Amino acid sequence: MRRVLRTAALMLLAMTVLTGLAYPLVLTGVIDAALPGRAHGSLVRADGRVVGSALIAQPFLGPGGQPLPQYFQPRPSAVHYDAMASGGSNLGPSNPALLAATRRRVAAYRALNGLAPGTPVPSDAVTTSGSGLDPDISIANADLQAARVARARHLPLATVRGLIARATQPRWLGILGEPVVNVLELNVSLDRLTRR
Amino acid sequence: MTTNDLVHFLVLVAALALTVPLLGRYMARVYEGTPQWIDRLALPLERVVYRLTGVDESAEQTWRGYATGVLAFSGISIVVLYAIERLQGHLPLNPGHVPGVLAPLSWNTAVSFVTNTNWQNYSGETTMSLLTQMVGLTVQNFVSAAVGISVAVALIRGLARARTRTLGNFWVDLTRTVTRVLLPLAAVAAVILALNGVIQDLGAPTVIHTLSGAHQTLPSGAVATQEAIKELGTNGGGPFNANSAHPFENPTAFTNLFETWLLLVIPFALAWTFGAMVRNRRQGLAILAAMTILWAGSALSAMALEAHGNPLLGPGVTQRASATVVGGNLTGKELRFGAAPSALFNASATATSTGSTDSTSDSYTSLGGGVLLVNMMLGEVSPGGVGSGLYGMLILAMLSVFIAGLMVGRTPEYLGKKVQAAEMKLVAVYILLVPFVALVATALALSLPSARAALTNHGAHGLTEMLYAFVSTSNNNGSAFAGLNGNTTFLNTLLGVCMLLGRFGLIVPTLAIAGSLGRKGRVPDSAGTLPTDTPLFATLLVGVTVIVVGLTYFPVLTLGPLVEHLVTHA
Repeated sequence: MRRVLRTAALMLLAMTVLTGLAYPLVLTGVIDAALPGRAHGSLVRADGRVVGSALIAQPFLGPGGQPLPQYFQPRPSAVHYDAMASGGSNLGPSNPALLAATRRRVAAYRALNGLAPGTPVPSDAVTTSGSGLDPDISIANADLQAARVARARHLPLATVRGLIARATQPRWLGILGEPVVNVLELNVSLDRLTRR
Repeated sequence: MTTNDLVHFLVLVAALALTVPLLGRYMARVYEGTPQWIDRLALPLERVVYRLTGVDESAEQTWRGYATGVLAFSGISIVVLYAIERLQGHLPLNPGHVPGVLAPLSWNTAVSFVTNTNWQNYSGETTMSLLTQMVGLTVQNFVSAAVGISVAVALIRGLARARTRTLGNFWVDLTRTVTRVLLPLAAVAAVILALNGVIQDLGAPTVIHTLSGAHQTLPSGAVATQEAIKELGTNGGGPFNANSAHPFENPTAFTNLFETWLLLVIPFALAWTFGAMVRNRRQGLAILAAMTILWAGSALSAMALEAHGNPLLGPGVTQRASATVVGGNLTGKELRFGAAPSALFNASATATSTGSTDSTSDSYTSLGGGVLLVNMMLGEVSPGGVGSGLYGMLILAMLSVFIAGLMVGRTPEYLGKKVQAAEMKLVAVYILLVPFVALVATALALSLPSARAALTNHGAHGLTEMLYAFVSTSNNNGSAFAGLNGNTTFLNTLLGVCMLLGRFGLIVPTLAIAGSLGRKGRVPDSAGTLPTDTPLFATLLVGVTVIVVGLTYFPVLTLGPLVEHLVTHA
């Protein structure tokens, strides 16, 4: 028995060196050499400084927590866009808290964008994602926000629509996933335009 | 479901159809010791491992010797992982300065990763240091997968060999699985993931000043390398709380599909390996067919159910897909994947005993969540975890020949081996143990008010939440209805016990069956033999799997997902 335990302990040690140290460290080196900068969080720069990650949603809220009208708003987040505490609401489909929150968000979305009562709202605009950090919105959601953003920035609607089209990522190879609009890239392009 | 969703499914099926036979054949050569191209890379490495550990490469073990090796290795692993977690605050590679983990959570997590369950009662961003993630959790992602595959290979040898007491050498099988199967595949997968934006960053978390002037901290970590083995080894324990929904783990629709493939490729390929090693490809195909029918059925159902949306959200919310609207039940789902591909991922993860999720299962529609639950209840055989899926399915195949034998008066034989009282007793233990553990533990937890307080949802959905936790851990899946806050002393302890029983309570009878079958001679086929390499047998196997599960779990499924569905659609 003692011999088996000795073998087991030494085997765990050997495997730790191989899979716990050599594997991640060698691959980190290989990845950094082969794809410099690629695996460091897809950082987005504006005016020479890093303003976020294209992969991670960030809040566009004023001091009182109200949505800033001049920025496109990302999907709601169950974790307040805290990238160190990712997660969803975990509310079941029939949970009264989910249904109440959805009704509240629908009303707030219509009010923010000046939509008539009863206007259907795309579901991504009023549901929280699995990570709470979903960086994208649907094209319909972006289109409904476009008029408000154009008004707040004194831009022609067509200009804002053009930026949406440029921030839209098509399906991967035309077949996988969904066409979506990256909120941070869209907002960065808006800021760039307004500043010039 | 849209055409695009179906195309997504078919691309995955095509990728599997191309790769499963190649990998299956390759693994058969690995475990038969046939010389091949990778020897030049792997042999020098393996010689160092054998010299360090004093393993005699050519010595074979009986089933008892094999089982002793598995238990000793896993026992030491639990102790070491527990110690690393407790002491991480004093150890190096701790850029986030996280303190040691408390005792109940350390126990739960150590058992969880060693049993290939990867149930996580903690949030990865803030609980585990980089050292714990690397030399603790990632190591177990490799070796717990290798243990499962080794046990499956020992059972195959018991069926392939005759009149022998030995089943191979556990230490050699373990080493070869790591050096020849898991490490090479994981390395390639990690590079592909990093190329598509998964992070691989050993620095500290970055604090950024956002566009609108707020602060946001972005996590770091060796994510690409951990993600690769997390899916490939059907583990599921991710570096982040949101698991594969987190954009740093799963940034695009392509990585989502690729990770789904990683989950499925080894469990399916092992069925091919089985056919190759028993020198009868059709036997392997029958097992593969049964696994595929169960997997495709559950995956397509979950996809359709989630693509349909949540009717309770009302007419003010557009859930119907169009050119500009992403359709389906999007609560807890990431837009870049879409609802149906998310369901395909989660159905594949629950069918492979992988705890990964790319969307929160708790927010699935009642029946969609029910599909995930049933996948785990099937005992993780569709195609199941790496190794555990194959040995589970082979045990069910023996149960099927026995039941068929009773019905038509034929001698129960499998691959020319008589299935007799000794084996059937062990098969019965195997089949009954997990449902017994899962249901008793669920009942116990629900009867305690303090444990019920851990639920987020109440009523029928709350029952499902608790049931899901115990079915998941007892089946070594690790997938969660994350609404359950399992990080309490009671739940940490009980869930840990369930994981231990569900792993080693099955491995020991499996190896005993392998030993018993290996000793037997082979009886020639006669008119009374039920052929086990036919579509009829594959269908029978599917039927037995579903009926055995149905009879065991139907009452509790009625009280959980079915009641919720009826209430939702009333």
